[in-house]
Amino acid sequence: MIVADLPVGRLAATLAGPGLRLRTGPVVTRIRSTVPEVLAGIALHYSQHPIEDDEGFADFHVQVRPPPSFRRWVAPQLFFDFDGMPPFRPLPRAQAFPMLEWGLNWCVSSHAHQYLIFHAAVVERGGRALILPAPPGSGKSTLCAGLVHRGWRLLSDELALLEPDTQALVPLARPVSLKNASIDVIRGFAADAGLGPIVKDTIKGAVAHMKPPVDSVRRAGEKALPRWIVWPRYEAGTVGRLTAWPKSRSFMRLAENAFNSSEHGRSGFESMAKLIDRCDCFEFVYGDLEQAATVFAALAQQE
Amino acid sequence: MTGLSEDAVSTALRSIDLVSHYTLQQWEALIRQARPANVLSRIALSVADAGLMDRVPAAPRAHLQAAITVAHAQAEAVRQEVAHIERALAPLATDVILLKGAAYFMAELPAARGRVFSDVDILVPRDALPQVEAELMLNGWATTHLHAYDQRYYRRWMHELPPMLHVTRNTVLDVHHAILPATARLRPDSRKLIAASRALESAPGLRVLAPVDMILHSATHLFYNEDLSSGLRDIADLDSLMRGFSAAPEFWRELTERAAELDLTRPLFYALRYSARMMDTPVAPSALRALASAAPPSWVVSMMDSIYMRALRPHHSLAEDALTPFARRALYVRAHWLRMPPHLLALHLSVKALRREEADP
Repeated sequence: MIVADLPVGRLAATLAGPGLRLRTGPVVTRIRSTVPEVLAGIALHYSQHPIEDDEGFADFHVQVRPPPSFRRWVAPQLFFDFDGMPPFRPLPRAQAFPMLEWGLNWCVSSHAHQYLIFHAAVVERGGRALILPAPPGSGKSTLCAGLVHRGWRLLSDELALLEPDTQALVPLARPVSLKNASIDVIRGFAADAGLGPIVKDTIKGAVAHMKPPVDSVRRAGEKALPRWIVWPRYEAGTVGRLTAWPKSRSFMRLAENAFNSSEHGRSGFESMAKLIDRCDCFEFVYGDLEQAATVFAALAQQE
Repeated sequence: MTGLSEDAVSTALRSIDLVSHYTLQQWEALIRQARPANVLSRIALSVADAGLMDRVPAAPRAHLQAAITVAHAQAEAVRQEVAHIERALAPLATDVILLKGAAYFMAELPAARGRVFSDVDILVPRDALPQVEAELMLNGWATTHLHAYDQRYYRRWMHELPPMLHVTRNTVLDVHHAILPATARLRPDSRKLIAASRALESAPGLRVLAPVDMILHSATHLFYNEDLSSGLRDIADLDSLMRGFSAAPEFWRELTERAAELDLTRPLFYALRYSARMMDTPVAPSALRALASAAPPSWVVSMMDSIYMRALRPHHSLAEDALTPFARRALYVRAHWLRMPPHLLALHLSVKALRREEADP
């Protein structure tokens, strides 16, 4: 069963009652909430994702809920609750869905240490995965959103999950988070992108989420072997070009983008070295998404 | 009502074989409670050591594997950090004694298996404190809690320096000169603990407490602590230490006599009582008899049972009842009461209350 199989009333009742056991790749999260923005966000962005039944196993148990006190009536705020514990400060109610998304990222990056986890987008084509690690503001999510509308499969926009033993990347196939100017860029780039409402004045500015493509969600069980690591950087007016980037520097930068290298210790260091060894590493400065897509299409054609 | 009779974590820690028949829902309940109790790695390694990993369904097994990964990395990190501390303090020729987690690791005790912790604790003689602090600062550790009140609180009243943070490795070191605050009702003599300490084979510049003192320290730490969020982990430590050391002849007599000598019979009484209740620790009847006079009046004991048998459970809604919040609150107050005389306590709590308003307008 998938989320879209539930009529909205049933979905609302499930979220308000026993919780929705939502599968995203290998992860099942039991989500509870009575907040309408959460219901709407899940109905839109997760419509094609599988639901597990109540006898199954949920990895994480979360709620988006109002605080218990009188605060719920003045300047309404919401908590992201991880099994009884709020890992962050509450946020204004308008940010309910982005907060759920950030919370789900946090659940994975703080617990799923069976993977080595990097802050990176991952897309795949022809069985080979492209890792786009980058600090915020580099245009990583924009490039990721653009590529998944030009023939690449989405594994993840935020979290690259590397299985140390197999060196495979594991998909989550969750919504892509777009910020500020990139929201309009993607709207112009792919008319059918499935963007949610724009939420203004978050810590990251204006945020809108893009629904993951149906094909990527259906194939969320298929892992992919990494082939390229590309460091993207948006610069207006630049013609996008891949420039070889030294592996030593890629290693250091990738280490800075790892969420859980200290949880992996020496073996994590060795897995990361293997990952760098098997990948071609590039820097990619780009100014136009359509042109960028042709560069990556050509890269995917190479042997 | 004598407290909650059971929780998923202590059941599993007591008899790990049970998990080979667990349903997915039982696994879910166990993992949810083990996480806040800080014992998921311990459970994961117990499952692996018992050869039961193949019996665990894939979804919960992934969590056990994650926890084992973390435990291995932690073991490496502790050894490295201890080597740094050993090197930094080597010039001083003073006794440096590792406490708690780091001691269990370096002494290769079973209690170290899957024990996850963030700080390293050491005990040094009080008169060596200035040199120890100076030497640590020269080697990259810096004091924290820079507020003047906090500095005074630690340095005048506590049994430790303000936590020291290593500026490049971001590790935290707690430097103790005693095992209870200078202001506490009980005053175990640190010189006796230091005199009985043992050299470590794996790190010749460092020492660990004698076996009975390790247990007494663990008991004192747990039963004087205002925060019991890792209480079940600490009970599991006590259980493991007692099971390991009690093979030695005369262990129980030595333990109770040492408790009397150090003025720590009351915390040992509670340690034996709740370790036996929660973990089935095989405590010798002779030890219970020896501590009979250390027990509080029986109405206090039944009240404490009802409090501790709640507060020591995992901090998770599945392991709590309506009285659990009161139990935790009561122990918070008790810990402060035991650690400070009333006038200091009043001052300390007022300062904390005023500063909370400062920080959170």
